Amino acid sequence: MNEMHLYMAQRLSALVMAPFVLVHLGTMIYAIQGGLTAAEILGRTQGSVFWFLFYGMFVVAVSIHAALGLRVILSEWAGLRGAVLSGVSLAIGLGLFAMGARAVWAVTAGGAP
Amino acid sequence: MPEISSISVKVARGGPEGAQRMQQFTVPAYESQTVLDVVTWIQQNTDPTLTYRFACRVGMCGSCAMMVNGVPRWTCRTHVDKVLKNGAMEIAPLRNLPVIKDLVADMDPFFDKWVAAEAKHHPSRTRDDPIPAIDPDAPERLVASAGIECINCSVCYAACDTVAGNPDYLGPAALQRAWTLVNDAKDSARDAILDAVSGKGGCHSCHSMGSCTAYCPNELDPMSAIAGLKRETAKRYFRGRAK
Repeated sequence: MNEMHLYMAQRLSALVMAPFVLVHLGTMIYAIQGGLTAAEILGRTQGSVFWFLFYGMFVVAVSIHAALGLRVILSEWAGLRGAVLSGVSLAIGLGLFAMGARAVWAVTAGGAP
Repeated sequence: MPEISSISVKVARGGPEGAQRMQQFTVPAYESQTVLDVVTWIQQNTDPTLTYRFACRVGMCGSCAMMVNGVPRWTCRTHVDKVLKNGAMEIAPLRNLPVIKDLVADMDPFFDKWVAAEAKHHPSRTRDDPIPAIDPDAPERLVASAGIECINCSVCYAACDTVAGNPDYLGPAALQRAWTLVNDAKDSARDAILDAVSGKGGCHSCHSMGSCTAYCPNELDPMSAIAGLKRETAKRYFRGRAK
């Protein structure tokens, strides 16, 4: 991956995230109007292909975007370079993806409770 | 300006070996005195070993830039009464560049990066061909013209925090010149320039903090020029022509 690919990956992941953030916030505000319970959330998300794809793509975009943003900070502020920089950034991206994917799977897999 | 008879000046002294130390001087104050006048007075009247760089004294050559009270400035056009703090000031060599001695910074990295950014003319014709007509009001020409009054003083390079954090970053001056050439009908290497500014330390390293535009003594706008390079390289990326 050269610098141009990384730059485009970060800009495009931001482009993907923007509508997701708006829908995510909008849904939260709408959903808590009558109080909020875990059962209510799981009732909405479990078995839903839509929410699986929505939050699945959200997690992919966040993992790419955050890892690349932190890569620049690690380079400029912590002085990391070369293979160390790439390795740490990749680990951050994979870590974010693993945590996010686990959460998405937890709330969308399985049928209604 | 309040009447003051003398100025208390601290000047950075020393070469590349070891940290520089600040030396105190007292300089008589004059009307319309510039920071370069102050440095010259010290060298001619107090310490002939003080080393600094200047040439034209009228803001054309870009030789005399220094840090004045922590801010990069062209010293020949900077009036002392505009920058004095409680009757005192500190003068140091330009930031983000190696020090040669006293107030003289080594400009080699700055100019090496101009070359690395392909910020040099790539002729489209030979001297035997007729000179092509250039419409001064064409949109691309207006964009190019906005950036061509750069005097290579390195004030933007010294002001840039991205340069401070990323030694590979080409810097605002080189990238602005690259942008003027991308928009220059007489330059034949548009793709080579866009490739050169797309690599490690290229235009995409810029965080748009804007110190270049804020401190440019000629009131140019390198930040917008770099934004232009980012747009143009992104368009080229989608057309599949980038390396």
